[in-house]
Amino acid sequence: MSTLHPTLDHAGHAGDDAHGHGHGHHELSFIQKYVFSTDHKVIGIQFLITTMLMLMVGGALALGVRWQLARPWEYMPIAGDLTFARDGGQISPEYYTMLFTMHATVMIFLVIIPVLAGAFGNFLIPLMIGADDMAFPTLNMLSYWFMWPAILFFAFAAGIGPEWLTGVVGGMDAGTAQGWTSYPLLSAVKTSAPGSAMAQTWWLMAVTFVGVSSMMGSVNYMTTIINMRAPGMTLFRMPLTIWAMFITAILQAFALPVLTAAGFMLVADRLLGTCFFIPAGIVINNAAPTIGGGQTLLWQHLFWFYSHPAVYIMLLPAMGMVSDMLACMCRKPIFGYKPMVYSMAAIAGLGFIVWGHHMFISGMNPALGMTFMVSTIMIALPSAIKTFNWIGTIWGGRLQFNGVMLNCIAFVSMFIIGGLSGIFMAAVPVDIYIHDTYFIVAHFHYVLFGSTLFGVFAGIQFWFPKMWGRMMNDTVAKFHFVLTFIGFNVTFFPMHMLGVAGMPRRYADPYHFEYLSHLLPLNQVMTAAAVLMGVAQFLLLGNFAYSMFFGEKCGRNPWNANGLEWTAPSPPGHGNFDVLPVVYHGPYEYSSPIVKDKDYLMQTEYVPLAQRQTNAGH
Amino acid sequence: MGRFWAIFFVATAVIAVAVSWFSPALHWWFPGDGKAHSNLGLRIDDLFHLILVIVSITFIGTHAALGYVLWRGATIKPEDKVLFSHGSHSLEVIWTIVPAGILLFIALYQMDVWAKYRVKSFSPAETEAVAEVTARQFEWRIRYPARGKKLQPTPQPDDVYTVNELHVPTGRPVSISLRTEDVQHSFFVPELRVKQDAVPGLVIPVWFDVIDRRTGKNAMELVCAELCGWGHYKMKARVFAESDEEFEQWREKIAGEQFDDGFKKAAE
Repeated sequence: MSTLHPTLDHAGHAGDDAHGHGHGHHELSFIQKYVFSTDHKVIGIQFLITTMLMLMVGGALALGVRWQLARPWEYMPIAGDLTFARDGGQISPEYYTMLFTMHATVMIFLVIIPVLAGAFGNFLIPLMIGADDMAFPTLNMLSYWFMWPAILFFAFAAGIGPEWLTGVVGGMDAGTAQGWTSYPLLSAVKTSAPGSAMAQTWWLMAVTFVGVSSMMGSVNYMTTIINMRAPGMTLFRMPLTIWAMFITAILQAFALPVLTAAGFMLVADRLLGTCFFIPAGIVINNAAPTIGGGQTLLWQHLFWFYSHPAVYIMLLPAMGMVSDMLACMCRKPIFGYKPMVYSMAAIAGLGFIVWGHHMFISGMNPALGMTFMVSTIMIALPSAIKTFNWIGTIWGGRLQFNGVMLNCIAFVSMFIIGGLSGIFMAAVPVDIYIHDTYFIVAHFHYVLFGSTLFGVFAGIQFWFPKMWGRMMNDTVAKFHFVLTFIGFNVTFFPMHMLGVAGMPRRYADPYHFEYLSHLLPLNQVMTAAAVLMGVAQFLLLGNFAYSMFFGEKCGRNPWNANGLEWTAPSPPGHGNFDVLPVVYHGPYEYSSPIVKDKDYLMQTEYVPLAQRQTNAGH
Repeated sequence: MGRFWAIFFVATAVIAVAVSWFSPALHWWFPGDGKAHSNLGLRIDDLFHLILVIVSITFIGTHAALGYVLWRGATIKPEDKVLFSHGSHSLEVIWTIVPAGILLFIALYQMDVWAKYRVKSFSPAETEAVAEVTARQFEWRIRYPARGKKLQPTPQPDDVYTVNELHVPTGRPVSISLRTEDVQHSFFVPELRVKQDAVPGLVIPVWFDVIDRRTGKNAMELVCAELCGWGHYKMKARVFAESDEEFEQWREKIAGEQFDDGFKKAAE
């Protein structure tokens, strides 16, 4: 229980887990220190490096999709011979469905969710609230290591791995191909597609492992944030990153069990012969009729009851991080701190009652469509408030145009596009037309890539010095930003037009429809831009790897920022702080008039009353 | 350098607006001739354009503001003071209430079109069920009642069948009964702005009213919009909208072919 009571009494902490403030603790072996580590910083960095590698995997899958859309059924050089030589190096329709399914799966479950909560959540929460580690360090370690079975099972689900072990007959052509949403019956009845056989079972197992990992994380974050804040760190002195992580953890804890339960129900349908999602008398590919009694729409309700809040799980932490970075790079307090907190809470609350907007044309009761439309359109309100506050934060500041700032501005700008395109789809009648077209593909890429990933790119550069004690190269970071930003917009902005033109998503070859055939040249331009964007990510990886060892050395607080993490050494030792920090201010007192000689005021810096009065008095 | 970046972000927004502006001329816009071919579709297009106007104004406004604050932040002189402000209560109130009103308006303004499309008591009263459309991997099977009869929920001996060809009379609301034989599919006719998922175990009525004649090579395309397996992209079908006489003639012709047993009447 000692972990729940952060006190000034260091001696009381000298337990066997993550304590001791750089003195008197026993030496850990290499494996305890860097592999099965219980130190939140090591776990956070493990998550970060894993997700960065997975980002490249997911990106490669996306480029496969883009290749097929630019040069349908053509021989693919290099990768074609390596991965689907037996199809003549051409992407088969089965392979194509596997590609977009695994692209979404990898990007959502192995990149976006773990990079925000896993990497930044782990690394930042204890540092920013002034704790020496997470409340449950071992649970924290497990939450990382539960990702690996998930990664392995996702590989099996993609058809990678020996057939005798995975039971997936047909290699990657029989990889899971139901889309990341896995709607039954396609996902419930094994005869409905090659990927519906064993691969789908592996996919469900993997998602369950990811879910367990996330759940362990979120329990830990909630406990840590509630119990382990440093003295003086009141709730309304917490940085917005921490608020975002806290709200995300609550969302996760309440939404995730529903997905896990639904996953088990689907596994039961597939393996035990239950019929939660299978109606009676359906004959698929000449198999025996289903026994049935179930309802396929039930899956959609359960799935989206998790996956809509999950959309905010994939966004809120980035919103918080960008708020912190913007304030620092503008040398200005955040505009409207409390409205920022309340709007995040509102997004989280409303996020639970909007899942039906994924199902407007699914055949559910149309009256529900109206209810969900109103709640969905209203969720745009807190998002709008946040956007206005970010612009207000930039207003009148002394802007530092480095890689961090550029990615943050891109976040705001792209979030505006992603948010506004959401209104089209929230309106049910308009959604009748653009549902399941490229419009929605444009929308969620603007939110998940345009917002979240740009926020992550900024976050990597911003907190990199705290991880390694060295700076990332800012020139390379700017090149990475410009190439990614241009590649991103050229790839995804035209997708709005494809959607308005009525091009359905998940089509291996849209061009044999007359009304879409003229869109091929546009798609080829988009693919070229996607390749540019993919190549640009090597700049990020290269910059990251190079700067780890050869970057410019820096002190504790290279950005002149206010947060508690910047009072710790770079990189912080085991136990984080030299002395337990005591908090006197909110996190955004940049350019405060009560200090004269500098434009920041660290949360731990005590300003005597006399000085406050003389400086601020006139 | 700061000025460059302020221009960079504003230029991105300008290009986005310009591309959107020229998209209809480049044919990167609504399919076919750009117009909806059902009355319901026309209403949907109107709503789309209404939202487009509101969204464009918001986009231009926010990016103008963003451009301004970036420019100001880039050109601030070393001796100038940073605006030390934690926010403004009245600004927060304004930018909460104004968007809330606009958003609520958008939501409420959409209701009746949706009600007409899906809610039975608001749908057109005189809708005739012309066919049952059954999706399967990977084609559309269509069943019509015999002339003068009504569509029955179960197949009748004198029903007429086609594959991947839906014929409907034009000029009045008609409906189809949408089913699926196997997995989920979705009935999507882009030029009519009609879309409805086909759900295993359910029969869903879908109504629409085609305004003009669309026959022969001019027929509309019917596609699948819900992932249904590897051949999702190839569920290619056509919707023929014809006058009542043409529709009846066509049905007679198909029925004649379907029930032709080779016998000729004695007189012939």
